[in-house]
Amino acid sequence: MGHLILRVTIKTLFAPIILFALYVQFHGDYGPGGGFQAGVILASAFILHALGFGLDRCQRVIPPSWLPVGMALGVLIYAGTGVYTLLFGGNFLDYDVIQPDSHHHAGQHIGIIAVELGVGLAVAATMLQIYYAFAGREPEPMDDSW
Amino acid sequence: MLLDDLPVLPVILPLIAAPVCLLLPNNKLSGSFATVVAWGAFILSVMLLQQIATGGAAEYALGGWASPLGIVYRIDLAGAIVMSLVSLMAAVTLPYAIESIRAEINGYQISAFFAMFLICFAGLMGVVATGDAFNVFVFLEISSLSTYTLVALGAKRDRRALTAAFTYLVLGTIGATFFVIGLGLLYQVTGTLNMLDINEQMQGQDNKVVRAGYAFIVTGIALKLAMFPLHRWLPDAYTYAPSAVTAFLASTSTKVAIYAMLRFLFTVFGFSFGFADVAFTFFLILGLIGMFYASTVAIFREDVKMILAYSSVAQIGYMLLGISFATVDGVGAALVHVVQHAVMKSALFMAVGAVFFAVGSHRLSAYKGLAKKMPITTAAFLIGGLSLIGVPLTGGFISKWVLIQAAFGSVQPVPTLLIVLMIVASSLLAVAYVGRIAWTMLLEDPDNNAPVKAVPLGMTIPMLLMAGLTLYLGIDAGGLIELCRAAAESLLGTGLGFGSAS
Repeated sequence: MGHLILRVTIKTLFAPIILFALYVQFHGDYGPGGGFQAGVILASAFILHALGFGLDRCQRVIPPSWLPVGMALGVLIYAGTGVYTLLFGGNFLDYDVIQPDSHHHAGQHIGIIAVELGVGLAVAATMLQIYYAFAGREPEPMDDSW
Repeated sequence: MLLDDLPVLPVILPLIAAPVCLLLPNNKLSGSFATVVAWGAFILSVMLLQQIATGGAAEYALGGWASPLGIVYRIDLAGAIVMSLVSLMAAVTLPYAIESIRAEINGYQISAFFAMFLICFAGLMGVVATGDAFNVFVFLEISSLSTYTLVALGAKRDRRALTAAFTYLVLGTIGATFFVIGLGLLYQVTGTLNMLDINEQMQGQDNKVVRAGYAFIVTGIALKLAMFPLHRWLPDAYTYAPSAVTAFLASTSTKVAIYAMLRFLFTVFGFSFGFADVAFTFFLILGLIGMFYASTVAIFREDVKMILAYSSVAQIGYMLLGISFATVDGVGAALVHVVQHAVMKSALFMAVGAVFFAVGSHRLSAYKGLAKKMPITTAAFLIGGLSLIGVPLTGGFISKWVLIQAAFGSVQPVPTLLIVLMIVASSLLAVAYVGRIAWTMLLEDPDNNAPVKAVPLGMTIPMLLMAGLTLYLGIDAGGLIELCRAAAESLLGTGLGFGSAS
């Protein structure tokens, strides 16, 4: 069994990476981070796994057909938040409308978390899609393979 | 009340519809959905145009954060005209695309194609709508990135689309980089990104940083609008892209870049900025050279799409010429030409697409004796072609007329008569390249008498609509000229210092 050290390390790191992604995602409105970074970190966990264990095992967990849905859904969550605020009488993306009675702008928190979730989903799906597209290519014939 | 949100709706409608479109199945449904969305955006844009024409420029604070801290959309009359134009073009091109695209790209890419088309549409609308300088960059990239993909999709019929898209990607990115470097310099000087606020903060400032920022921004946008020596990407991209994409891009993307240029020249920098004259002198020289160079190249090309693409570069020369006069008449003439050229070029490229659908080629040799086989398409093509030359009763005549009037009214280092003579002379070159295609279509005998594939109504109707609009705008253009003049007044008003446009 080759790459034993790599595989063990990947298995150990896999869950902490995802946990870190979630931390960056939900801590984004208080500190550095946010949806984009979290999405990249989340996708990197899966890419790491695919690098160590092969593309098919990763694709068994996240089939390629899911990814366009993820991207579209991410944008829709973001834009949907904006439309929600529009429909409830505010400007586009005016999160205060979500909790109009709160005096410490709770609506802003809810709004930004919803928007960042959309960003995270879209970015993670896009990163994986790019990786799948490159990794899934038929290898070009080598010069000496004639 | 949703009517208060009118400035933002035409931008977010296609933006939200795009991901929905991606999830739809790969058949006519995605195209029809995109068409409905585009018509909706068109109706909203026209409502906005009406509102602005009567009530002055509209402002909208995204997220309720007022300017200059937040991002605001600020749409003046010129912007509303361009938004209506772009959404009209999308609304007319999308039904055309449903039929034409099935023959030109792979079946599994159809819903992705329409999603990309809508994203490009949203990006173009956003460039016009926003009043935030950095937002212009973001939307410019949204539209450009989706355009690269759209051009590359032509690869199923002609692999050269891939190199064309790559060239466009490299040059477009260089343009965007220049633009954002310029923005960075301005931000360093003013500490703000709101266009009107930059203008206020920069009053009286004239130093090397501002001048460098000015040069970077003008060069960056000039690359995006394919000003003469920076037009290298345009002919290939237009030639190898799918027909519907070419029809849409030729009539919108360079026009939106022209508007962005106007916005930066007049709203952000304004006339109080001493360095401004340099750009106007360059526009005058490069516009004139571009008119002659591109028209001459067009005469010797063997590919009809390529001929029309070079003609687009030449027509951009006319618009730059109008801007270079830096008068209300000149900018108004440029705006009139933006509208007229968009309408006629989309008619022409749709006709080329119809021929491509029927015959399978856009080389000139395939056009031999086409008048007998495809009379309707030939008629639409000829109307567009005559308008390109500037024959009376077509839209092109009107825009050249107002441009010549503006030239006579402007003060130039060279005699204005010389400029006017050059405008007329370059129209003669248009006679040569349009005449060459017309000759082939009307007078040459076809190679064989095999009947051609019938063009579906979904493609014929948009094409005839645009050809008809070319004629209509050639006969009854009073309203358009008035509107564009008022738009130019409001654009130049900010810089001249007699109060803001609203």
